Amino acid sequence: MPQLDDSFLALPLQALTDAALSKAKDVGCSYAEVRVERIRAAYRSFRDHAIDTTADNQVLGLSVRVVHNGVWGFASDITLSPDSAARMAERAVATAKVSRPLTPASVELADEEVYSDAGWVSAYEVDPFDVDEATKTGRMLGLNEALLAAPGVTHANATLGYVHENKYFANLPGTSTTQQRVRIQAQLTAVSVGDLGFATMRTLAPPTGRGWEFLTGTGWDFDAEVAEIPELLAAQVAAPSVEAGHYDLVIHPSNLFLTIHESIGHATELDRALGYEAAYAGTSFATFDKLGTLQYGSEVMNVTGDRLVDHGLATIGYDDEGVGQQRFDVIADGILVGYQLNRQMAAEKGLGRSNGCAFADSPGHIPMQRMPNVSLQAAPEGPSTEQLISGVDKGIYIVGDKSWSIDMQRYNFQFTGQRFFKIDKGRLAGQLKDVAYQATTTDFWRSMEAVGNPDTYVLGGAFNCGKGQPGQIAPVSHGCPSALFRSVNVLNTQAEGGS
Amino acid sequence: MSIAPQDLVEAALSVATLPCVSSVRDRTEANLRWANNGLITNGEMRSRTLTVTATADVEGGTAAGTVSQEIADVAEVAAVVAAAEGLARTGRPAEDAAPMVQNYAHNDVWTDPPETTSIEVLDDLAKGLGDAFERAEAARHLLYGFAEHAVETTYLGSSTGLRRRGVQPTGRLELNAKTADREASAWLGRTTRDFLDVDVVEAVDELSTRLGWASTKIDLPPGRYETLLPPGAIADLMIYAYWTANARDAEEGRNVYAAGDGATKIGQRIAELPITLRSDPLYPGLETVPFVDFTSSLDDTSWAFDGGLPIKETTWIDRGVLHELIRNRGHAIRTGTEPTPPPDNLIMDGGGTASLSEMIAGTKRGLLLTCLWYIREVDPERLLLTGLTRDGVYLIEDGAVVGAVNNFRFNESPVELLGRISEIGVAELTLCREWNDYFNRTIMPTIRVPDFNMSTVSQAS
Repeated sequence: MPQLDDSFLALPLQALTDAALSKAKDVGCSYAEVRVERIRAAYRSFRDHAIDTTADNQVLGLSVRVVHNGVWGFASDITLSPDSAARMAERAVATAKVSRPLTPASVELADEEVYSDAGWVSAYEVDPFDVDEATKTGRMLGLNEALLAAPGVTHANATLGYVHENKYFANLPGTSTTQQRVRIQAQLTAVSVGDLGFATMRTLAPPTGRGWEFLTGTGWDFDAEVAEIPELLAAQVAAPSVEAGHYDLVIHPSNLFLTIHESIGHATELDRALGYEAAYAGTSFATFDKLGTLQYGSEVMNVTGDRLVDHGLATIGYDDEGVGQQRFDVIADGILVGYQLNRQMAAEKGLGRSNGCAFADSPGHIPMQRMPNVSLQAAPEGPSTEQLISGVDKGIYIVGDKSWSIDMQRYNFQFTGQRFFKIDKGRLAGQLKDVAYQATTTDFWRSMEAVGNPDTYVLGGAFNCGKGQPGQIAPVSHGCPSALFRSVNVLNTQAEGGS
Repeated sequence: MSIAPQDLVEAALSVATLPCVSSVRDRTEANLRWANNGLITNGEMRSRTLTVTATADVEGGTAAGTVSQEIADVAEVAAVVAAAEGLARTGRPAEDAAPMVQNYAHNDVWTDPPETTSIEVLDDLAKGLGDAFERAEAARHLLYGFAEHAVETTYLGSSTGLRRRGVQPTGRLELNAKTADREASAWLGRTTRDFLDVDVVEAVDELSTRLGWASTKIDLPPGRYETLLPPGAIADLMIYAYWTANARDAEEGRNVYAAGDGATKIGQRIAELPITLRSDPLYPGLETVPFVDFTSSLDDTSWAFDGGLPIKETTWIDRGVLHELIRNRGHAIRTGTEPTPPPDNLIMDGGGTASLSEMIAGTKRGLLLTCLWYIREVDPERLLLTGLTRDGVYLIEDGAVVGAVNNFRFNESPVELLGRISEIGVAELTLCREWNDYFNRTIMPTIRVPDFNMSTVSQAS
């Protein structure tokens, strides 16, 4: 079991805390918090037989956030000294003073238990930063070479990213937490270039809260997946173009996770529902007055938010406001029953304790309400994927994510995928291409007739979900089973655009 | 931060045992964000990042390793250099390897200190917004938005003796107004280098005019419409086309600029009208750092071997003909061409002189967009993109705006669109909507397209 890094613990965390919080208290702040974060990130890209990018990055810094005369203030710097920490407290107060004309109501925060000297480490085995470079490069190029050796593969690309994140947090009420997370993402893409143009197919392996063990057989079999791709790509190149119309869809978790992310995850962020993101990420059709009554989807739809599932990308012991990890219902039996919260919104709407969804992606950014792991639950006695397919007369089985787009209130979306199989009278009948499905969120989820059993459940996710201004990225996971949707609008992408 | 950034660069070069490029980016920024006529977040941040790219001879060629780290003390420098050299020594040979950029003459003043900003830059804006919030409350309007000012100073040195310094101020104001029921919405964006040219009163007045246009609501079905795309909207589409203009991908047959059999569409006409698309780091008002201080560009070209390379004016489309694509030096050497590092600005001009109001007046029946949103690639072969209209779609009839229309999802390719533009207006400074986190400096015209593809209706308002 990995332990908190000694090199992070060796930073003068207590001295920084004492300097910042005592200064904040001296200048009259009603609340103050300190965050020290170190984020190590690595990125490698490979093109055919060669490496293209070898880049490591480390962010290490300190931030202070205060409430001064009822107004938020925030400042950050990279100098980790008590003098700098005290100066950041003063600069945070300065930003609060400049912002005073813009703040009609005083900031209030929901109560939270105090956690003293708490520690937490995510569930991984091997820190990728501890693996020698030649091993990592050799593994990725080996997989790329396997693709290139197959007939019909003209080019192959691969990317490898991994992150080691340490967070320290302390606030005036007395909470102090020290945490560590590791995550990894590897993707390979085969490219076919022929007389009629080019086509691509990518691995389905999700980003995950694991370490290097993910590339060596724990949680995923990359070799098996890479071995399948050339044949699947060749079949896609030769596949007929889809006829636009309405189809029943059986959607694999490798595609459905992204639809969940866009049409449920973002739509149930309370900051969006309250308008805080209105000028940028957008608002939500799931407005606060609909809590407890909105028929979001069919009765088989049960969605939870959590920050505690093993290997979840949003999993963490304590959020960036010092709130302990929780699981909570978002949609129960198809009805909207919960939002994602931070402490300010929980207090503003009288919802009691925050459910722990505050996150900042770096020490230089302000904590904001970000998505926990938002997951669609499987049916304990539900059907297998094959049984879902067998119930479809004319339909499409969709696997893997590719293109995604949704409007600023999370109504209208359009998704494509990595591969599309025609379903004819309950059986798969070869691939189709040029498929995109387009729907309104509530119509789509209300058309969900069945969800698969727990054996069909996969934890997918994204490394870089964007939100906020200044822009922040957040890692997040979404688990889901295979699911059946009736009569969904399918476009032929070749027929779109042009004159 | 008492250590001068130049000293950090020199410290890195002094301990390096391999050829390397060392750069320090000193960044200060300040921001305000508001919603529902009130502040939601603010901040003042400072960072200083050391980036070292080392190159090493390895079996079969040359490898590169890049390590970046936020750095506060010269004592941290040696570890960054050692890490970069370790990556290079244990790396595989890169296909895009090229000799280090040699020293050359320039006018930078290496010894000048970094330029900075602070929250006080936004003081007048905050006071103006406070007044605007009161007026908005009275008008039953809600104001949302974001203001940010950042100043980056980059110091780049190499073991070939090159020393360069570049300053990049970047500012943006996004202002969004909605009616109290949020059924009508209007948006504008401003790009600025110092916030001295930002007029909040004028901006709020313009949004009030747009909300007035929305007092009449008109439902229209999906379909193809004659459409006026204002500068910010066409900027978002052209930026995507720019980020796809990778020469090697085109030669390998895997982007929209491919012509097959290893050829590209360079030299082919892709726009019927005499449209020119270019980038120029010295363009007045759009000045950007005129040397390579990045290790990759958004078209996925690697610049790891090109640190310090001068960035020159490049014309991508010349009077309707595709003229150039993005390539690094390694690829240029292999293909007998010139490197084309991409400047951080984009200028589109077709010689048009008509203002937006004149183009509205010249419209029998058509749509006027405000901006585009959630633009994503559907088909890379055609560069087919999908996305949404946002914050105001207006119907024009007989030369005048007659009301606001529902939003649409579109599916269009910017490259195919270039061939269908029927009118180009005057080019003007603009801030795009979707990509302004990453791309701030554009000059674009309003364009008219006779048949913009609105694929479905979006219920969003």
